[in-house]
Amino acid sequence: MKLTETDVRYVANLANLTLTEEEIGRMVHDLGGILEQMDRLAEIDTEGVAPMAQVLYEASDTATLRPDVERAPLGSELAVANAPVTAGGYYKVPKVIER
Amino acid sequence: MIPVAQLTISSVREGLKNKEFTAVELTRAALDFAAAENPKTNAYLLLCPERALAAAENVDRQLAAGEDPGPLGGVPIGVKDVILTKGVRTTCGSKMLENYIPPYDATAVERIEAAGGILIGKTNCDEFAMGSSNENSAYGPVRNPVAPDRVPGGSSGGSAAVVAQGTAVVSLGSDTGGSVRQPASFCGIVGVTPTYGRVSRYGLVAYASSLDHVAPFARNVRDAATVLEVMAGRDPLDSTCAAAPVPNYAAHLTGEVRGMKLGIPVEYMKHASGETAALINRSVTELEGLGCEVREISLPATDYAIATYYIICCAEASSNLARYDGVRYTGRSAKSDTLSGMYQNTRGEGFGAEVKRRIMLGTYVLSHGYYDAYYVKAQKVRALISKDFTRAFESLDAIIAPVSPFPAFRLGEKMSDPVEMYLSDIYTITGSLAGIPCMSVPCGTTGEGLPVGLQILCNHFDEQKMFRLADAFERR
Repeated sequence: MKLTETDVRYVANLANLTLTEEEIGRMVHDLGGILEQMDRLAEIDTEGVAPMAQVLYEASDTATLRPDVERAPLGSELAVANAPVTAGGYYKVPKVIER
Repeated sequence: MIPVAQLTISSVREGLKNKEFTAVELTRAALDFAAAENPKTNAYLLLCPERALAAAENVDRQLAAGEDPGPLGGVPIGVKDVILTKGVRTTCGSKMLENYIPPYDATAVERIEAAGGILIGKTNCDEFAMGSSNENSAYGPVRNPVAPDRVPGGSSGGSAAVVAQGTAVVSLGSDTGGSVRQPASFCGIVGVTPTYGRVSRYGLVAYASSLDHVAPFARNVRDAATVLEVMAGRDPLDSTCAAAPVPNYAAHLTGEVRGMKLGIPVEYMKHASGETAALINRSVTELEGLGCEVREISLPATDYAIATYYIICCAEASSNLARYDGVRYTGRSAKSDTLSGMYQNTRGEGFGAEVKRRIMLGTYVLSHGYYDAYYVKAQKVRALISKDFTRAFESLDAIIAPVSPFPAFRLGEKMSDPVEMYLSDIYTITGSLAGIPCMSVPCGTTGEGLPVGLQILCNHFDEQKMFRLADAFERR
């Protein structure tokens, strides 16, 4: 699959990613080369094969359940401690709704 | 002088018991040695002397009181910087998390320390564990201690280098598509990827969740088995972590492998360099000498593994890394006047080239119109790759193969061509896709003195068999 600059800009927007003009040029080239490798999958017959989303192993139905025991939570102060901007124990972001 | 670089878990135990050194003395020696060696390799991103010495004092106190400090008592350990350590900066090798201080410990770290292990420092890695050479770190590449002009492999290059140079006795890495086995092979040490779900990923920064593992490095098979045993087992904080009981792996290291049935896949020898192929063939002869029966097998879906792996891991990465948006995790662009501008600029400035490439690929293969042709198709081929292994293990105890088609390459050699770089994972990603345990054990060196690893792959939860074979091979 060959990618165009328009494709790259479209995908970057979906991915919430600002790319420089130089990066866009390089992405067109690099992603095109990688997708060419990926296109080889069309060769292999997968008729009737169920997609494998996860590695599964034998376990009882309740193996992942734990007893419902009280546990102290992290607390809002620690939870937001790594955020760049906070106010009153909350995350602070640029205004979303225009006046 | 404590010979830190020569120590093993059992010699640390002996040394402490015979009062050759205290845990504090050993920890000081390891920290000093690490500080002196680090300029040569850039393997540690930071050392944590306060935490290490406090833990060592605790071990000494337990010993003085006649208590057992645990199976890793006093052992200096390096931890890859994608594994969270409470209060100790964890960057994932990314500028995005330059100042990130985790509020909790990963379960693996908690268990290592509860077993008496001493966290010496956090090790360098490819950004968010994406890479095969450790050249994608925002904090500079790691050099291979065996050959300083070469890469240590990736993405857990730092964790491999600290064990190879001897500043840590064992270390923790993470393996998604070969990120522990390949650097172990390049640095001449042992690296183990356990069965998917064997070790809790709570506190491992997510990259590709259906493939991620916490995985140990060591200088011998016994030490690697001991570290895995300490970390493995059910964790209520990770619902993908298996409840299956954890065997005493060391008890299975009997050296007895007579009659074991091994397969060597023809597809895995196709791309191997001459010297790598010769060393693997020599290993086959040596294994036969130990009484194993080796025969050629075919895993026909192997040829599609690279495409399958990179579609799945990039898709999962694009979703997992969506969380780095300038809201919660330290980095936020100065150009953040609007919400969408904040997201886009924070990510554009904070991520490096390889991470951006994988986010873009992942977003593309998940996007409308391409989802079925790429993502669902890859999941179907993944099922075929997995089925190849299931079928093979019906009549085999283990599969042996190269870890990498070639030994450690030169810094910069493959950086300009991502396809070429991805091809270096060709033999490790199949086991990852199937979720089976696999490991790298040193099998010799090339004419230039570069280490080469033999890969051993076993069926799900068959780690004890894998360790038994690897240990017998190591003692050959």
